[in-house]
Amino acid sequence: MSSDLIAATAEGAQEMRSRSNLSAKEVLREVGSVLRMTESEAAALSSIDGEANEDQTMIINMGPQHPSTHGVLRIMLELQGEKVLRCKPIIGYLHTGMEKTGEQLTYMQGGTNVTRMDYVSPLNNELVFSLAVEKLLGIDGDIPERAVWMRMLLSELNRMSSHLLFLATNGMDLGSSSMMIYGWREREQVLRFFQKVTGLRMNHNFIRPGGVAADLPAGWRDDVLAILEDLPARLTEYDVLMTNQPIFRERLQGVGVITAQEAVALGASGPIMRSTGLAWDLRRDMPYLKYEEVDFDVIVGSYGDAFDRYAIRLNEIRESMKIVYQILEKMPKGNYRIQDKKVTPPPRARINESMEALIHHFKIFTEGFKVPAGEVYVAIESPRGEIGCYIVSDGSPKPYRIHVRAPSFANIQTLPHMMRNGLVADAVAVISSIDPVLGEVDR
Amino acid sequence: MSDIESGNPIVETRLYGCVVSDSFGQVVLHPSRDAYITTLKQLIDDSYLLCTDLTAVDFLTFGGGEGKSLAQRELPVGIQPERFEVVLNLISLENRTRIRVRVQVPENEPVLPTAFDLFPGSEAMEREVFDMFGISFTGHPDPSRILMPEDWEGHPLRKDFAVGRIPVQFKGAPS
Repeated sequence: MSSDLIAATAEGAQEMRSRSNLSAKEVLREVGSVLRMTESEAAALSSIDGEANEDQTMIINMGPQHPSTHGVLRIMLELQGEKVLRCKPIIGYLHTGMEKTGEQLTYMQGGTNVTRMDYVSPLNNELVFSLAVEKLLGIDGDIPERAVWMRMLLSELNRMSSHLLFLATNGMDLGSSSMMIYGWREREQVLRFFQKVTGLRMNHNFIRPGGVAADLPAGWRDDVLAILEDLPARLTEYDVLMTNQPIFRERLQGVGVITAQEAVALGASGPIMRSTGLAWDLRRDMPYLKYEEVDFDVIVGSYGDAFDRYAIRLNEIRESMKIVYQILEKMPKGNYRIQDKKVTPPPRARINESMEALIHHFKIFTEGFKVPAGEVYVAIESPRGEIGCYIVSDGSPKPYRIHVRAPSFANIQTLPHMMRNGLVADAVAVISSIDPVLGEVDR
Repeated sequence: MSDIESGNPIVETRLYGCVVSDSFGQVVLHPSRDAYITTLKQLIDDSYLLCTDLTAVDFLTFGGGEGKSLAQRELPVGIQPERFEVVLNLISLENRTRIRVRVQVPENEPVLPTAFDLFPGSEAMEREVFDMFGISFTGHPDPSRILMPEDWEGHPLRKDFAVGRIPVQFKGAPS
């Protein structure tokens, strides 16, 4: 081996420069740059012995089987003592090729696929998919009022259930297992309502192109009111147990700070962006459905830390309740799906008496309906941020390309910035405050 | 785009030096590969600071195959269709508007300069496009696979990448 090569790869040349000397651009490069190893490389390194001193850094691996990584998120951390110098999220452990699968499914079946991406807020996934398909079909203006308000009702209840799950897991990650039980308990109440309406607790495939699958069941209003009446007292309990508790605040305040510039540059959205003080909510800024007609506030933070993100989600539940009350008042009567034979299957009762209805039913469920060629991008505000659906259609009954812009996928990129110079003990709090759903990160 | 005879007002057909089209009310820019980065820079100066989405489409089998006569690709005049297309969605928080950028990327040279320096948030998205379509981004800080295993061969979302199937076997069915 030539001596040049040895010199070039000797430890001195590889030494990392002091981080205080880096310009902003280099820092941006550094935190987003290569810091990854295969499992075998990492295993080979573990046999190295030697005493650690202050200048040495250590690369450790967190996840993918760590219980606080919300599924299968793997993070490589470069540590100096207890301080995190750099970190890099490694994803893909839950990749199941859902976008490829989506190309094989008709627009009728597509809902079952997208609903499994963000499995904590499935109705929002179905909603964005349906809105995109409807836009391609050119029927987005003809959806019956009742269907639109039902979609809003379900979307807001789903936001509540998703944020309740966040409160539960956030509590558990920070060591409060009672909070976990409470969060799941309240979420279960919402899910029971979903089960009554859609038949399933999760992965409903209820919001479909053209409207929703079925009308609201009898007594739905009382069920929603029961949820809305129970929740405020419970949220006050959370305030006592978590928000006002000094240990909890100490654990979150000033942890995982991100600035507004960083959030915008990294494409973050949802509570992460709002925690930096940027009031950006697609429900208000680019309204869809009937959000123009309801009154609600966009909750923003001021420090961009984990506590702000917790407080934003907690208060967004209250805002969602406000919206749901208004929806209960305004819910119109009428059709729950568009009466367009192209996209709507005939009613069950007609199939027994009409041959044409039977043929129509058979055709629409085997072949699906054709969607005019074109490309469309639709985005809505999911509990985690902007969820978008990009569909390219070639005029066949299956999407030529379906891409879902997953909010968690973009949000997870903020992790290295939030964790920089933090403590390894805070890593769990930071991951938890992003509230990633790995099903939609990996798709 | 503009039609004087039918009395429609003449629409400005070029924006930021690119051919413009409209997709359901959203402005779509079609820059050439060489003008891609300069266009993005102009967009940033025009307050499009947030890159929400970056993805790609493989148009290999678009418009038919298997004897079907499906719609052909519709691209504005002057844009040479290529196999791949990289699609960016940008948002201007100031003006509350969206804009879409579609760049044609040829099959024989699937390379595009990285947008990482302009939008650091495109880092993971470009890696995903590389992983799924095999489009390389020059200057990207970590050009590696993101979702598929590192030793995976091929790029799954390409149209010539077969869909995996597991045969279903029914109990008692003659094999």
